[in-house]
Amino acid sequence: MNAQIAAILTLDGIASGAIYVLIAIGFVLIFAVTRIIFVPFGDITAFTALTLASLENKHLPGTVGMVAVLAAMATLMEIFSLWRKGTLGRVPRALLFYLILPLIPAGVVWLTAGTLLPTALRILLTVAVILPIPPLLNRIVYQPIADATVLLLLIVSVALHFAMSGLGLLFFGPEGVRTQGFVDYTAIIAGTPVSGQAILILGSAIFFSFLLYLFFSFTLTGKALHATALNRTGARLMGIRPQQACTIAFLLGALLAAISGILIAPVNTIFYDSGFLIGLKSFVGAIIGGMVSFPVTAIGSMLVGILESFAAFLSSPFKDVIVFSILIPVLLWRSYTLVHAEDEDEE
Amino acid sequence: MRKLVFGASALAGLLLAGTAVQAQEITVGFVTSLSGPASSIGINYEKGMNAAYAYKADVGGVKIKLIKLDDGSDPSQATKNARKLVEQDKVDVMIGTSSAPGTNAMLTVANELKVPFIAVSPVSVPLPKEGHPWGISMVQTPPLMVKVIADRMKREGIKSVGYIGFSDSWGDLVYNGAKAAEQNGGPAVLTNERYARTDTSVTAQALKVVAAKPEGFLDGGSATQAALPLLELRKLGFKGPFFGTPSLLNRDFVRIGGKAAEGTQVSAGPVVVTSQLPNDHFSKKIGTAFHETFQKVNGGEADDGFSGYAFDGWVVFLEAAKTAMTKAKPGTPDFREALMEAIYSSKDVAGVHAVYNFTPKSYYGVDERSLVVVKLVDGKWVYQP
Repeated sequence: MNAQIAAILTLDGIASGAIYVLIAIGFVLIFAVTRIIFVPFGDITAFTALTLASLENKHLPGTVGMVAVLAAMATLMEIFSLWRKGTLGRVPRALLFYLILPLIPAGVVWLTAGTLLPTALRILLTVAVILPIPPLLNRIVYQPIADATVLLLLIVSVALHFAMSGLGLLFFGPEGVRTQGFVDYTAIIAGTPVSGQAILILGSAIFFSFLLYLFFSFTLTGKALHATALNRTGARLMGIRPQQACTIAFLLGALLAAISGILIAPVNTIFYDSGFLIGLKSFVGAIIGGMVSFPVTAIGSMLVGILESFAAFLSSPFKDVIVFSILIPVLLWRSYTLVHAEDEDEE
Repeated sequence: MRKLVFGASALAGLLLAGTAVQAQEITVGFVTSLSGPASSIGINYEKGMNAAYAYKADVGGVKIKLIKLDDGSDPSQATKNARKLVEQDKVDVMIGTSSAPGTNAMLTVANELKVPFIAVSPVSVPLPKEGHPWGISMVQTPPLMVKVIADRMKREGIKSVGYIGFSDSWGDLVYNGAKAAEQNGGPAVLTNERYARTDTSVTAQALKVVAAKPEGFLDGGSATQAALPLLELRKLGFKGPFFGTPSLLNRDFVRIGGKAAEGTQVSAGPVVVTSQLPNDHFSKKIGTAFHETFQKVNGGEADDGFSGYAFDGWVVFLEAAKTAMTKAKPGTPDFREALMEAIYSSKDVAGVHAVYNFTPKSYYGVDERSLVVVKLVDGKWVYQP
């Protein structure tokens, strides 16, 4: 290995690491607020890429049907629970949030299917179609068991992942897709070619991480979310509604998943089941951050990306083994250095 | 002399007609995956079988009854289907199915119940210790696929190749095939890099190939994702030619590979380039008939290799049934035995993929004639004599 190979490997690692950063931050965000390890996160990323590719090929993406079904289910559940509580007066509001809002982007996609829209509009529509999926899943799957243990929530998440990847096969078919690149530009930095796409990925990761930082530090909603993450009961006493906080966390997570999906679509062929491995590697990054710290998560995810790249060069058949085995020293280190978060579990 | 031949054949015809009156019909059971993950291939088999049935649906005047079942890409359903076909429908021969595990399951049933089975996927069941096996497989073996393309590299004067393949058994099969070819004077295989279908990048593996400075590159991937190493190698400035196996013959591979995949040479069953074959090629006549019938029955081109296997299975069955009819009545165990014997005794049966010679010593019965080399030119596979 010479310096140039090392440079190319590092760049490649940083590009995939940046994708992991976005997803890992989403993991930590959702976990902190809701105590849910949202395993299907990677699937959402893959669905975004597949949706974008369907739009590019002028097909109707399967996500439209998925959103419609989920929205209908969530609305029925919401109305049923309102009826049980005897607060039917809030039905119009439920209809607006669970049925009409999610269906607007899906409806637009459905109406414009078959025409090739400009790239920017395509990306915007894709994000808009994907955004409602995690909050709707939250309403259907997690809200009825919101007070369950972390372990139960995790098991439900795993089950949900299998359901999602099955639906992915149903809606998108077994073939992989790859969209056209957004930028066709290659910079030469110190004799090493750097693709414009890699720069775009890295830039987006930094930009959106910064945006999240601003959101948490300077907006009331962000502070409310932060409070819920620190202490659910305390936040509730202060008048923060945990259900709303959950929905916002899922919405933010969905945005991160959608952005990473859009960024990864032109770099690699994405299949209906590609998301799981991407999600799993991001999860390693989130573990390095202890599922609490955003900056450590970002650094950890970057490390995972770079390690993966070098591992693939040194011994490609064992690449994933090497990446996942860093979990062992990380977990040892964390359990020795950190105070156990047991008081959180006791709630 | 001519008269004598005519007389003899007329007599044979009469005899056949005589038996035909007694025997009602021959029953064939066909299993494929029309649902589930293997259905993307399974539907091609179904179309091939439709074409085969439209091509010829009788043997010497005796009608053939075809029963089609879906196994939902599930090996246990394939087993159930096989048992149902034999025990309830009393089929004389079975043809199936689209996934390798399902095919192995059906072959096990065939060996147990002693019913001829024509597999359209690779099989890996051990040969029975006593008696002959009750199945054959129509497909080319992976070592043969690699050997044919390795021979082509040798002919083009390529002395070394880099290799990136899937990190599964397919990657192993191709690599071992290439290593075997190297032993026999083929190009030296310099790297053994692997990637998974769901990987996001093969940059590192491609760098290693580039660093080894091979003259060519052998692709051990399959379908759409086989394009990934090619894209990456071209991006890193690798100039050598690309080679591959029939698993690259995929519309999505061509779409995703784009400019990078241009010029890739792969070994392929002759059926994918029937119209470009020379007139004296064994597959020209029957292949043309196949493509015409396929288009009539299914609409659209038969541009996959899979439908051809189903068609060839049918051709081998027809040929064997002709002989078996003279020995026993359809629907009886004797007929099944006679059919299996006839499959083994038929010599040089030309199909759209290969010239078949089956023996009881192996499930496979094809030779190097079953593969031609094709090259991707302007997004189309072009025959390379």
